[in-house]
Amino acid sequence: MPQVTLTVNGKTHSVAVESRTLLVELLREKLRLTGTHVGCDTSQCGACVVHINGESVKSCTTLAVMCDGAAVTTIEGLAAADGTLHPMQEAFREYHALQCGFCTPGMVMSAIDLVQKHPEGLSEREIREGLEGNLCRCTGYHNIVKAIAAAADVMHGKRETIAAAAE
Amino acid sequence: MYDFAYHKPASIADAVKLLAADPEAKVVSGGHTLLPALKHRLNKPTSLIDLSGIADLKGIKKVGNSIVIGALTRHVEVATSEIVAAAIPALAYMASHIGDNQVRNRGTIGGSVSNNDPAADYPGAVLGLGATVHTSKRKIAADDFFQGMFTTALEADEILTAIEFPIPEKAGYAKMKNPASRYVMAGAFVSKGPMGVRVVINGAGPGVFRQSAMEAALAASWAPGAVAGVKQDADGLNSDIHGSAEYRAHLVGVMAKRAIIAAG
Repeated sequence: MPQVTLTVNGKTHSVAVESRTLLVELLREKLRLTGTHVGCDTSQCGACVVHINGESVKSCTTLAVMCDGAAVTTIEGLAAADGTLHPMQEAFREYHALQCGFCTPGMVMSAIDLVQKHPEGLSEREIREGLEGNLCRCTGYHNIVKAIAAAADVMHGKRETIAAAAE
Repeated sequence: MYDFAYHKPASIADAVKLLAADPEAKVVSGGHTLLPALKHRLNKPTSLIDLSGIADLKGIKKVGNSIVIGALTRHVEVATSEIVAAAIPALAYMASHIGDNQVRNRGTIGGSVSNNDPAADYPGAVLGLGATVHTSKRKIAADDFFQGMFTTALEADEILTAIEFPIPEKAGYAKMKNPASRYVMAGAFVSKGPMGVRVVINGAGPGVFRQSAMEAALAASWAPGAVAGVKQDADGLNSDIHGSAEYRAHLVGVMAKRAIIAAG
């Protein structure tokens, strides 16, 4: 079986996988990082989004063997070692941007990439368009959009804390 | 997904050798069309040849009056390229509207064009700009490259290496997306330039095609109204749960007008 060596949340792993093993299967089944979800399995819903070398991708449509040498970040890798949440996680909590939570890991990972790629800031419309690849079937998106706007302000240094940004 | 052998060659020559040695092999780059097909077991390759280690296949450059884009260039790179934005803004616009951010972070121009999905965006731009497809063995005009649903002029042991887009005077793209899948229901890519006046329709039929009656009308007068009187025949267009052939025929006219407006 092919051997894949990759960094996941800062830790290097060397794992034997089948050629057909998907990145999300490697993460969930081999590394037991079950925060990354599988929703549709057809690259539409975005529940499986992780970062590869800093960019958001759908891990259900990425072969693990093609990630040899890559740096992967999952939802488990966002919070600080002392448990302090990433501003995007904190904003999702503060703004009640989740109900069942199934889509949340993917939403958070997509949102961080979106915000990082737009240091100039994002309009509400741009946030909504940026979430095209992430489906949520219960919140109605409004609070997700608000959370991302608040987190963007904090990530770009326009506000100090998510709590201060909450209306 | 059925299992397969995995190869990651370091050169185009090595990739061609692997492909020639195994008629059931497939090449993969971003995998955003191939992997969904493999999951559905629509395809059973004996091996996948991963092109992502071949540096020669990457990058965007201006060569004379053309923009040459390497096969492995991802949609996000075309969408955000200053070179593309300056020379062919319609191409950057089109790339920035393929799928979603995550798809654009993985999907490549070579993969989209080689696969020739009827609902893909890139074939419309390649034919609509009269581009030239570079492969591991030759150069193929876009007019000869696309041969209907999922079919191209590529031979079994031939790999698409780059696409050369002549810089047009003006070009525009408009599409109607299915509201659920976001795939193209009907799209139009129009251009005027060294390759003449082109009106190319994607999404509506079994493959991308030139709408010659609209091209003639637009060549006579470059204005959205010029194509208003040209009726698209519904015969041969796709008809499925997402829309009838008649609906798609109507969309063709609307998208052509919008593309002309976008082109200016």
